[in-house]
Amino acid sequence: MSESVSDAPQVPRPGAIPAVAPEVAAVGLPGGPGPVSAVPGRRRSDFAYYGLRNKKLVFGLSLELLLVLFAIIGPMIAKYPPREITGFPVQHPGTRFWLGTDMLGEDLFSQLANGLRESYLVGVLGAGSAALVGMTLGFIAGWRGGILDEALQLLTNIIVMIPSLVLLVVIGSYMSAKSVLFEGVFIGLTTWPWVARAVRAQTFSLRGREFVDLAKLSGKRPLSIIVSEIAPNMASYLFLVVILLFGSSMLLAASYDFLGLGPTNVVSLGWTMNQAQANAALIYHWWWWFIPPGAVLTAMVAALLVANVGLDEVFNPKLREQ
Amino acid sequence: MSVNVQGLSVAYRSHRGDVTAADNVSFSVADGEIMGLAGESGSGKSTIGNALVYLDQRMKATGGAVTVDGRELPIADNRAMQQLRMTTVSLVPQYAMSALTPTRKIGQLITDLLKSHHIDNRQRVIAEMKRRLELIGLREDVLSKYSFELSGGMRQRVTIIMSTLLNPSLLVADEVTSALDVSTQRAVGEMLLEFRDRGYVKSVIAITHDLSILAQVADSIAIMYAGRLAERAETGTLVESPLHPYTQALLASLPAVGMRHDQATLAGIPGRPPSLVNPPAGCRFRDRCPFAFAACSETPPLAEVRPGHLVACWKVSQEHAGEPGTGQQRPLASVPVKEQA
Amino acid sequence: MQRYLFRKLITYMLAFFVGVTIDWGIPHLMPGDPIQNLLSRFSLTSSSYAALYHDFAQSFGLNVPLWQQYLDFWKGVLTGNMGISVWAAPAKVTTLVFNSMPYTLALLIPATVLSYVIGNRLGAAAARRKYLDNSVLPLGYIFQAIPYPWLALVVPYLLGSVWHVFPISFGYDQGLTPAWNWTFIASLLDHWFLPFLTVFIVSLGGWAIGMRNLVIYELENDSSRYLRALGASERVVRRYAYRNASLPQLSGLALQLGVLIGGNIVTEIAFNYPGLGHLIFQAITNNDYFLLQGIFIFIVIGVLVANFIIDLVFVSVDPRTRLSMQGASA
Repeated sequence: MSESVSDAPQVPRPGAIPAVAPEVAAVGLPGGPGPVSAVPGRRRSDFAYYGLRNKKLVFGLSLELLLVLFAIIGPMIAKYPPREITGFPVQHPGTRFWLGTDMLGEDLFSQLANGLRESYLVGVLGAGSAALVGMTLGFIAGWRGGILDEALQLLTNIIVMIPSLVLLVVIGSYMSAKSVLFEGVFIGLTTWPWVARAVRAQTFSLRGREFVDLAKLSGKRPLSIIVSEIAPNMASYLFLVVILLFGSSMLLAASYDFLGLGPTNVVSLGWTMNQAQANAALIYHWWWWFIPPGAVLTAMVAALLVANVGLDEVFNPKLREQ
Repeated sequence: MSVNVQGLSVAYRSHRGDVTAADNVSFSVADGEIMGLAGESGSGKSTIGNALVYLDQRMKATGGAVTVDGRELPIADNRAMQQLRMTTVSLVPQYAMSALTPTRKIGQLITDLLKSHHIDNRQRVIAEMKRRLELIGLREDVLSKYSFELSGGMRQRVTIIMSTLLNPSLLVADEVTSALDVSTQRAVGEMLLEFRDRGYVKSVIAITHDLSILAQVADSIAIMYAGRLAERAETGTLVESPLHPYTQALLASLPAVGMRHDQATLAGIPGRPPSLVNPPAGCRFRDRCPFAFAACSETPPLAEVRPGHLVACWKVSQEHAGEPGTGQQRPLASVPVKEQA
Repeated sequence: MQRYLFRKLITYMLAFFVGVTIDWGIPHLMPGDPIQNLLSRFSLTSSSYAALYHDFAQSFGLNVPLWQQYLDFWKGVLTGNMGISVWAAPAKVTTLVFNSMPYTLALLIPATVLSYVIGNRLGAAAARRKYLDNSVLPLGYIFQAIPYPWLALVVPYLLGSVWHVFPISFGYDQGLTPAWNWTFIASLLDHWFLPFLTVFIVSLGGWAIGMRNLVIYELENDSSRYLRALGASERVVRRYAYRNASLPQLSGLALQLGVLIGGNIVTEIAFNYPGLGHLIFQAITNNDYFLLQGIFIFIVIGVLVANFIIDLVFVSVDPRTRLSMQGASA
């Protein structure tokens, strides 16, 4: 029963519930796991059939892959290291410097390519740590129920209410050591409640299903049941949640870096924008300094969102448009 | 003739093409008659029933015609059907438990429905609703409650009242007893009878997989198998002397009260219904039928082998070849219409 | 219903407790010497280091046992005394916060409310009309994916730098002195608009998409089907779907507050807009940890209050929550 405002409705409905991960809120939690297919082979071919035909999935995935490719290859083909002072400050984008240079003469294309790498890294770290903590706690709470469950719900309700960015700022401004690892893990630690909640709800609803009872009857131990019965049914759902978390982490990291709190030994997209603003790029019309980083980040996250929705449609027939 | 369905076929759209869920179904229901439409899951009974009231986007009528009270029912034309719904034809859906919106009080819901039908004298209708609520033992304060405040049985009964509020000519009741306990099942069954007797509805098509309820409530029963009509007869006749092999097997597999497992095992019908995506040619029960023979590779027509008893089976048609009633579809013996309350 | 609100209050109090504890705990419970950590960012001569160390030790109250430091902190919070700002000494932290708060609220509240309301309308409309859906949906995803800092740079660039429609920094014209005259107010609004637009646009997409999905779901669910089966006009069906969809959307608003505040902060910093975000930035760059601690508490309080307000609204519009404690009547 949807009892309170700060609980998301307990059992996720197809594509409907807002706010799975903070920054990419209302795209919504993906729908619950579909019915267990009686014919596994059919399910796989169904997936392939629908998957390839789903425009959103294809588009999103392709765009994302392109960007990942760019993140891998870009720094390799960049002519200069991102922080090297080339002696050509404030160049318009051109043949020598594809995206121009900043006030110090650093190559902005190189900064973009390297920044992309950092963003993906933070995304993986953030989503990974959030998923790890969230799934563990969510499974436990959903499976055991009772006091453990109540405690987890209380904990997630509380953490969710504290604004992630502000918490990060308070912690980060105190720490002297700044690294991507720290940033990623801490982002994960502020966003895990979203995962935990979703996982808990799914585990809860699945635990009462018949195939779980069957497994219990045949004497399987709880952990083994979770791994072999529940998790596969949630796999598609979990995957969608993690994708959203990935995008959310990247956005959060960009804001964090923009505030100047991010690691300064590496170049990130947020940092580039921070530099642009601090050096009055707006006033001097140096648009090539701040427009590409944000635009690319938007593309990265948008592609994820679109692919996510497409994937949700593939997993949940109800959402497919007729 | 209250309701006449001729050769109705309904298909579902799927990415593999259209799946015909109901194939060339014909039957009639007289005024005041309660006809049970029975069969297993996937037999097409729900499809037919729902098609008569509301064809949603996934379904389409691929053939046939329906007339109610002598006028054609434009089931494929959503806009034309809108005013006829609830007034001429009405539905108690299979999902009655979740059919009532949770954020509106029952009374407000009814008011909005009445407004949609441009009923001016709403007070009179609401007063009538209160009377009917009282009739079945519900308090009239139900109108000021939300659906989640009612128990399952109450919701089912409220839905029935709502669907019959404007005295439709045809009520399609889809699995109205399936989600209920036995005593509530009986109450709902009696409610249907009462409503029919009082003239709140003229004809009823009760869709269910539970033959025992039909034995209590229905005047006649139609059995569907794999999208086609297999047999149709008055309830007593069908239950006591079924002719179609499928019906016989179905009735034989019902457990008898008092029977112990060491006296007899529960017999089922071996095999499964054919897939409707690519149905086999000829009689669809052929693969599971103990009497199948060469002629069964052609689709048997629904023939009237005895007065008022229609069967779609070559074996039965052959056996009863000499009897009166030769393959034409005739309405069943008229059921007396009770006095209007 | 009272039980529901009571439970919520307990949650909020616990959240406040956790918030205060975290706020206090970070410098005190993190490894290492807290003052040393803070001072490491200043470049100081050894004598000023010693003096500053002494000052900080006093302000942090490190000479008393840990538990007492914790209680002292609580005392400060509850009496509204969050200490003196290091950067803007001798100004009190609370004074600085209260001076900045109106600017932030002026930005946050209209942007949130408007993007929520308009986004919901757009989403619901998109759920019904295919052609609208085809444009709203992709735009919505794009808007949602936009990082706040980026839009906070692009918008003033286009509308301030390229086309000189609006100013790109500060809360009001720097040549004016704050006063309740029309010139000042006009300047306030002038400087307010671009930050407002930024926060508004990014939030809009999310609401639109969320509502669209919810409405589509509602339009296909059992209660909508039943209404149609009983011949209700599509307008009635839509109205019911919208009403049902609004509830989880409202839940979502409460969950989004954290994000909205984050976005607000980033936007203020980009615009040099004198709200709490800007204050945070000053605190960060000047290593003014006391100020930061104080702002954190206020933000936490603000979020809790907002959550509570939304809870109240939710209870009044959702009959299930209102009546759930009374149980179903048989």
